[in-house]
Amino acid sequence: MRTYVVRRIGLLIVIVFIAFTANFLIPRLIPGDPIQAELAQQAAITGNQGVNIAAAAKALDAKFQLDKPVWQQYLAYWDDLFHLDLGYSIQNYPETVGSEIRATIFWTFGLLGFSILVAFVIGCLLGAALAWPTAPRVIRALGPFFMVLGSIPQFLIGLALIFAFATILRILPGGGVIESTQVVAFNFSTIFDILHHSILPAAALILGLIGSWAVGMRGMMISVLGEDYILFAEAKGLSPGRVFLWYGMRNALLPQLTGLAVALGTAVSGAILVEVVFNYPGVGFLLFQAISQKDYFTIQGVVLVLIATLALTLFIVDILYPFIDPRVRYEQ
Amino acid sequence: MSVALPTATQEVEPPEGGILSLLRRGRRDGRVTGLLIGGVVLFVCIILFGVLGPVFVHQSLAQVGAVDPNLPPSGAHLLGTDGQGRDVLAAMIYSTPETVKIGLIAGAIGVGIGVVLALLAGFFRGPVDAVIGAVSDSLLTIPGIAILIVIANHLTQLTAISLGLAIASLSWMVPTRLMRAQVLSVRERTYIAVARMGGESELEIAFREVMPNILPFAAASLVWAVSSAVLASVGLAALGLGTGDVSLGSAVYWMMTYSAVLRGEWWWFGPPMIIIGLLFLSLLMMSLGMDRFVNPRLNDRG
Repeated sequence: MRTYVVRRIGLLIVIVFIAFTANFLIPRLIPGDPIQAELAQQAAITGNQGVNIAAAAKALDAKFQLDKPVWQQYLAYWDDLFHLDLGYSIQNYPETVGSEIRATIFWTFGLLGFSILVAFVIGCLLGAALAWPTAPRVIRALGPFFMVLGSIPQFLIGLALIFAFATILRILPGGGVIESTQVVAFNFSTIFDILHHSILPAAALILGLIGSWAVGMRGMMISVLGEDYILFAEAKGLSPGRVFLWYGMRNALLPQLTGLAVALGTAVSGAILVEVVFNYPGVGFLLFQAISQKDYFTIQGVVLVLIATLALTLFIVDILYPFIDPRVRYEQ
Repeated sequence: MSVALPTATQEVEPPEGGILSLLRRGRRDGRVTGLLIGGVVLFVCIILFGVLGPVFVHQSLAQVGAVDPNLPPSGAHLLGTDGQGRDVLAAMIYSTPETVKIGLIAGAIGVGIGVVLALLAGFFRGPVDAVIGAVSDSLLTIPGIAILIVIANHLTQLTAISLGLAIASLSWMVPTRLMRAQVLSVRERTYIAVARMGGESELEIAFREVMPNILPFAAASLVWAVSSAVLASVGLAALGLGTGDVSLGSAVYWMMTYSAVLRGEWWWFGPPMIIIGLLFLSLLMMSLGMDRFVNPRLNDRG
């Protein structure tokens, strides 16, 4: 058990090290001077060499010590990371990248967490129902339907939902997270407004995520229903519903939790574009704005946060999993 | 779960030898399913749309400002025109091949790397296997789109080839793992021992005897890899990191920038969405069909 945890921590460190080093090296390996080019472009966009640009350039030069040898830059890069210092934003100077991310990440966590949870519950129920030998036709048809939805990018589902519910039916808002007339305060009407705006983006993610869990659950359920203890439970004369729920689903559900870890990866990249489609103020939308503004530091910061969050989540899932399901041993 | 199929395959006169007879045999023993054929047919249709389209529609119509903007479909413009003054049909005809091309380049290279690494890892085991396994395990947990955004953001000249290479560099891990498992099973078979006794070198055995047996798995990986490459390229282009203005992803970028959906211009945002959807549908059908091809035992189960 201890060796497993130590090895898993080792893997986490290796992953973060590789990813962060790649993030440092890629810009330096590709020819050209992106910072110079981007600042020049900024100057061109604003029309003159504004105060912001000059100040930003100065801050960046000092910050990144670009005149120093690469290995010193590399050490400085890690030093900044250990201090959780991601530098200044170019698009919103003098705001820091860290504060930009702090302002947006809760929206993303909220949207993603809720959507993944709902999709997980629906997907597992649907998958279990699909494995039931006498499932109604309607439910049988839902399996392929959600599989197809799962294969197309989630932002396309989002666009279709906007067209249906915001453009044609006009019953749900097609973007943003809060009405401009809404006075933001911690009260019922604000929360209602936020939830109202979150229905469509969450629906886009949920519809896209259900399929993979339904397929996985169906497979697990079929193999569990073939186990001896199911036969024994039936022989004891337990009701089919009880056998199905308490002997079948409970055992099939646990391996599904590993799927949760894999799904997180696709959900994160899917959520970036869903946020863009809905102008939802999360890190994905921040990333989109940063790309269109060529805000190099914000892009890098968001990428680092995405990688670190995902690596950490997978680590936690891997460590917790044997506790949740005793059938899994730490030693493989 | 099967899909209604064009019955063309049954109506064709029995040919002598060649691919068609192989297809008919596969169809009979259940390895070639309707789903697989349907997926391939749909995929070929999408490619033909991009290949034959230029015969009927001139490229100049796909240029920005070539026609009046925001026109609904009419006789002159079958799918109307978009907000940038491009004929939507022309834009689709010249955009589709670009996206498919990126997918195929990235998929082929990624699976090629996967085949070689799987053979090396599965056949030689030991430290080679450990290193390849550790690197692919680590890379698998890094969100590929994040690294691709960094790469695409720094490439000044983003072409189908350079983007394809970038995507391929992050899409070899799953094929490697899938095929390595297969190599491990194949290498224990008797004929490998026979070949070894026949004096073939280890490298010869790996590539001449083992490799042909993992090709079906390579095909299945290819479908997966093309699908994830198309997903990545469409996503990048929709974020504004595309290869110029003619790809399905940048069509999405522009329709989002001009809020075509909220303006209700269905002829503008509909076609790219439908083509992207059909592309993924064809790949999904192929991969589901391939499941049976790769693993004939699946036929016994519902």
